[in-house]
Amino acid sequence: MTTPSIEHQLAKPSHFQLGLKAGIPVAIGYMPIAMTFGLLAKTSDIPISVAIMMSLLVYAGASQFIGINLMAAGVANWEIIITTFILNLRHFFMTASLSQRIPARVSKKWSALLSFGVTDETFSVASTQGSRELHPSFVLGLNAIAFAAWNIGSWIGIFLSSGLPESVQSSMGIALYAMFIGLIIPSLKKSRPVIWICLLAIGIHSVFYWIIPKYINMSAGWSIIITTILASAIGALLFPNGGDTNE
Amino acid sequence: MNNLWLLVIGMALVTYIPRMIPMVFLKDIKLTPRLKRFLEFIPYTVLACLIFPGILTSVGSMFSAIIGGAAAVLLALRGCNLVLIVLGAILSVYVAEQVLRIIA
Repeated sequence: MTTPSIEHQLAKPSHFQLGLKAGIPVAIGYMPIAMTFGLLAKTSDIPISVAIMMSLLVYAGASQFIGINLMAAGVANWEIIITTFILNLRHFFMTASLSQRIPARVSKKWSALLSFGVTDETFSVASTQGSRELHPSFVLGLNAIAFAAWNIGSWIGIFLSSGLPESVQSSMGIALYAMFIGLIIPSLKKSRPVIWICLLAIGIHSVFYWIIPKYINMSAGWSIIITTILASAIGALLFPNGGDTNE
Repeated sequence: MNNLWLLVIGMALVTYIPRMIPMVFLKDIKLTPRLKRFLEFIPYTVLACLIFPGILTSVGSMFSAIIGGAAAVLLALRGCNLVLIVLGAILSVYVAEQVLRIIA
């Protein structure tokens, strides 16, 4: 890691600090969800230590909820693991995309560490940053605040028997969606191809949500993966030139 | 007990490995422009999938979800700060839910 000169540090916040700041909306969104996870884990028969380790090691919202539910229902371990795998496989494409924006000089160890913190939400924040190259310290800061919020939220849910008041809890369900909207709108304003592929993705995903389940059983993991690949591939075929992003 | 620990470790591995592999190994591989373009579009298609239709069932009622979503869109179009967008949407949903409660 190269450290910026002292006057540089005084002049403006470090990349790490900027990352922490960029992660605040993620942290706000994670808190109530993680608290709900903690509460749910506590009310089921799962040992508290297992729930804590889940938030620390698995660190994946939806699959933790599903994991707890399936454990409580006595589903076989390998089935839970496969479900988790399919649900989180989408991150493969997210880190593939992100890898192109981490400078080449960043070591494999660093990249391995950064990849642990990649979630739907941190990926969304990182990948919609204006600059082409992402400073690894920025990504670290962003991932750190999100990870901290997720784990602290889990503990609060586990150790304080009550969560937020029901009405507040319910309203906060919109938080991460509002963040996603806030992240995508500036890109939609800037680029016409992005508008088209987003509409396409929404269309395909709606088919997966409302129509496909009538015929076959498909997990949320697969529908996100297939939609993402299809819409991005069609986008790459229809709009092969990247000119719109360098305005 | 022991079994649950194995389960958590298994879940951790199948979550981490797909996140880690492209980040560590794809950086050094020269990709074709088409493939690069494909990867450039991933953030936006992922975001679109994450927003819709999930947002509709994110809070107590679809009505308040739409109100919250619309508030987020308006604030984002005005170029507001992300934290403000999130707080504005939460507040709008809260108000919408209270209004629904009074009407119902």
